[in-house]
Amino acid sequence: MIQVLTNNWPTLLTGFGNTLLCSVIALFFSLIIGSGFAIMETLPNKLCRIIANTYIEIFRNIPLLVITMFFYVVVPQYVLKMSGFTAGTIGLTLYTSSFIAETVRAGIQAVDTGQMEGARSTGLTYWQSMRYIILPQAFRLVIPPLGNQFINLIKNSSVLAFVAGFDLMYQGDALASATFDTFNTYLVVGVFYLILTLPLSYYMRHLEKKLA
Amino acid sequence: MAMIEFNQLNKYYGDFHALKDIDLKVNQGEVVVVIGPSGSGKSTLIRTINGLEGFSDGQLVVNGMDLSDKKADLNALRRDVGMVFQHFNLYDNKTVLENVMLAPRLVLKRDEAENKKIAMEYLKLVGLTDKVDSKPRQLSGGQKQRVAIARSLAMRPKVMLFDEPTSALDPEMIDDVLNVIKEIVHTTDMTMVVVTHEMGFAREVADRVVFVDGGRIVEDDPAEEFYNHPKEERARQFLSKIIVHK
Repeated sequence: MIQVLTNNWPTLLTGFGNTLLCSVIALFFSLIIGSGFAIMETLPNKLCRIIANTYIEIFRNIPLLVITMFFYVVVPQYVLKMSGFTAGTIGLTLYTSSFIAETVRAGIQAVDTGQMEGARSTGLTYWQSMRYIILPQAFRLVIPPLGNQFINLIKNSSVLAFVAGFDLMYQGDALASATFDTFNTYLVVGVFYLILTLPLSYYMRHLEKKLA
Repeated sequence: MAMIEFNQLNKYYGDFHALKDIDLKVNQGEVVVVIGPSGSGKSTLIRTINGLEGFSDGQLVVNGMDLSDKKADLNALRRDVGMVFQHFNLYDNKTVLENVMLAPRLVLKRDEAENKKIAMEYLKLVGLTDKVDSKPRQLSGGQKQRVAIARSLAMRPKVMLFDEPTSALDPEMIDDVLNVIKEIVHTTDMTMVVVTHEMGFAREVADRVVFVDGGRIVEDDPAEEFYNHPKEERARQFLSKIIVHK
């Protein structure tokens, strides 16, 4: 195992870096997009709710790999050239954002309706009430399920391997087929994923306790 | 001058006729107590006054604003119409002081130092200056309700609405809250509408008593007259039940 590491250090590190980069970008944008659609789903306006719901149901119910292949194969053919890394990151972002949207929506709806009424009764606008009262409470409620989504996101970034995204999984596959040392290679790859997911997992738990 | 004026107002929830031909006028500075059995529509009635509930037809003018106009600026209305709820509805994610300071800061753009000074004045009025840094969950029900009252007062409203302010409280806490409300009644000339089952309190503060049953205003009398000589049989029945329980 050590040998796999020392012999292929630059390759693995590149893969690790790409996985990390893809995850950070996808996490950032899926959190923003997901929260946006979550808010849209709870708006009084019916059209907004329908749009949000359609988006969520589409990306939640199509396999990540299909979404990713669409951006890797179909979009470059007709619209815009993009690398496997970009296609994979976009696919991962859209896919995860639909789950985050459902999670955050549940959080918003779990906040007691009295909170909104209290805020509106003092003259706050709908958006002020959301920003200062509802959303802070909603996010606190959904930290544990959000943590799950984040961890899933990191693991799902291995979809990059299918579209030449040069991530950890891709490099692992390449090494395994070049050296035939499949056992040690995938062991090392697994450990690298743990290096990303375990601290995140502990951090989310810490956050949950701190804000409880 | 009429601060609140209902004119033939009706409200339906689907097929359910929640408010029927409501005619009610509350003058500036008047304290009106609304009583009635549960499900009679008294909560719905008071919640239409600040637009938390809409209505189906008829007219309602509050502080000069016609609420039957679809474009009525409810946010502007609510600057002048405070509300205290049965379940307090304090912001759970904010401290007591922040609960009181938030709306004046965001809505009135009140200067921060001034805002704090005014917030502290009202927290003093309700006797909770030692709780400024507490979160709502660390307070008792009575304390929460007093913070809620301070939060409304900090906006310096012209009208205060109280929707069963003591119904969710332990018996021992009720007096603390009622005393604060009495204090406001006696020291300001704010217009108030109070939904309550506290008859002794109602008798002491009310200028008028409105009895609601089945979505209709059954009786609307000066307070003393209502308690001593209720005209309607239904009101008599209701009163006798409450008084027996006392």
